[in-house]
Amino acid sequence: MSARPDTGGDAVARPIDIGLIDRVTDDGSLGPRRAVGASLQPTLAELSVPGRRTDQVPHPPADALAGIPDDLLRSSAPALPELSEPQVMRHFTNLSHLNHSIDGGFYPLGSCTMKHNPRVNETAARLPGFARLHPLAPDTLAQGTLELLWELQGMLSEVAGMAATTLQPAAGAHGELTGILVIRAYHRARGDVDRDEVIVPDSSHGTNPATASMAGFRTVTIPSAPDGGVDLEALRGALGPRTAAVMITNPSTLGLFERRIVEVLEATHAAGALAYMDGANMNAIMGRFRPGAASFDVMHLNLHKTFSTPHGGGGPGAGPVAVAAHLVPFLPAPLVVRETDGTFRLERDGERPGSIGRVRAYQGSVGVLVRAYAYIRTHGGPGLCRVTDDAVLAANYLRQRVGEAWDLPYAGPCKHEFVASGARLRRETGVRTLDVAKRLIDHGYHPPTVYFPLIVEECLLIEPTETETLADLDAFAEALLAVAREAHEQPELLHEAPLTTPVRRLDEATAARRPELRWRPMTGAETPCPQ
Amino acid sequence: MDVPDDLRYSDDHEWLRTDGADGLVGITRYAADELGDVVFVELPAVGRTLARGETFGVIESVKTASDLYSPISGEVLEVNDALGASPELVNEDPYGQGWIVRLRLADPSEAELLRDAAGYRSLIGD
Repeated sequence: MSARPDTGGDAVARPIDIGLIDRVTDDGSLGPRRAVGASLQPTLAELSVPGRRTDQVPHPPADALAGIPDDLLRSSAPALPELSEPQVMRHFTNLSHLNHSIDGGFYPLGSCTMKHNPRVNETAARLPGFARLHPLAPDTLAQGTLELLWELQGMLSEVAGMAATTLQPAAGAHGELTGILVIRAYHRARGDVDRDEVIVPDSSHGTNPATASMAGFRTVTIPSAPDGGVDLEALRGALGPRTAAVMITNPSTLGLFERRIVEVLEATHAAGALAYMDGANMNAIMGRFRPGAASFDVMHLNLHKTFSTPHGGGGPGAGPVAVAAHLVPFLPAPLVVRETDGTFRLERDGERPGSIGRVRAYQGSVGVLVRAYAYIRTHGGPGLCRVTDDAVLAANYLRQRVGEAWDLPYAGPCKHEFVASGARLRRETGVRTLDVAKRLIDHGYHPPTVYFPLIVEECLLIEPTETETLADLDAFAEALLAVAREAHEQPELLHEAPLTTPVRRLDEATAARRPELRWRPMTGAETPCPQ
Repeated sequence: MDVPDDLRYSDDHEWLRTDGADGLVGITRYAADELGDVVFVELPAVGRTLARGETFGVIESVKTASDLYSPISGEVLEVNDALGASPELVNEDPYGQGWIVRLRLADPSEAELLRDAAGYRSLIGD
């Protein structure tokens, strides 16, 4: 529960409570017992006591304020919270314990949010030679980093089956935009200027149509076939002299490999269009399928997914773009090149005149690139294939087990992730997928992605990744099956879930419609979980 | 399921109420329930000409964001500005105060191409 600042005196940062605690009601009496996993913390402002402080500056410079004009000096001290150092540390440590994290438990969101990131990558990225290199250091002083980037360009080109790779894009969607701009430059360079459409299947990533639009194209969406793959007839009907590119997310957001990939690519190229592969799900096919060898023209890789890097909370990421030989002239500049004497340098201005130019300052998210390099080198080729195989095996195992109680709208086998539908459960019990997701929290799991992809009713999208043990996969499957049983036996429990968290089900609609963005003390009925 | 008999329906779950040369457009009760609590409706500019099936806005709920498709061609005469402050009207009263745009119909006979209430009920398996 939250502290009650209106009672006077010191507010106390409570330790994390595990199990059942007594709830103190607003009049100070004990309320009904309630299961609680961890308790909310008072804010720093509520913990503040005038005069309390953390430390003294040992030798404050006497003239520290002398250089600031009088009219810019404030006349009174700012109203900042006043706390001791241990209070501050406990506050933030206890807050951090309220989060569910991959380091704390299984996380069926998969690589989209976070897969396990081997710690050796962190060690590599923190080596001072990489971490402390100035981004404007001349090539002669950056040989080690340039060599790593050059090798990484080559390794990623090999994984993609492409001729060259730019490391600049800062994330997957940025990579998509870069790839589509390269395609635009290619058509323009050939005088093929009427191609203003990009075709996107409805099972693709939502960023694909956004990318096409941002690059100045009109998006043409085609429906999926009933098996979840591309509808070839719809694709052939949409292709024409105005098609610049077809963007295929492969494997798709349904976790399915595009079985008609050969026909899709043939039809695309026959129309004079180029084929873009959204490689965000490359962790399902890495080492087993090389898109360039299948005649895709461009793809991006999400290093922060497939090649591991912490990226929860929005980044930084890295979305390198690999292209086939006919598109190399248009890739962003500068690439890292190797001289005949074995030294490395960045391309010079104008060296590749067809280039679309820079898409990011410096050489991209170099810290992420170092982690990806370490990941690739520690695994080696056979190791990367094993990552793929284990991710696919884990997803198929879980799919089979979850299928005992949930609908599986698409025939298996799947790749690294699978969709299950709660449509039948909803019809039979009135319990919706949102309720299921909330109840999973009570069972100790972060919910999987829900209501995406949009084309599956009451959808759950589950990606276990390659690093979970059989026991962990079984435990999660048991939790999902238990929730399905609860839906039949005690549906009201699921409507009310989560029951064991410091805040109960949030009013997301009001939060979105009328957000309160400024902190003020919460009292009485305003506390997050009023009884 | 609430499917009024006097409206026409598109396969994309928009309804159309014609009144001579004008038509009022919104989304169905079924669509509103599927979306969940609506938090934002992006409305088109007044005066914009819409082709049948053209995207004219976006409706965002706590669950998802979906395009709005015009069930019929016409020019936007008026938009429901009340949805700016109260997007929940779409959930509370989808066939009334939750209307989205009023159109001047280019060809009122196009309404015949839409489903009637019975046809829409069968579409949603009601």
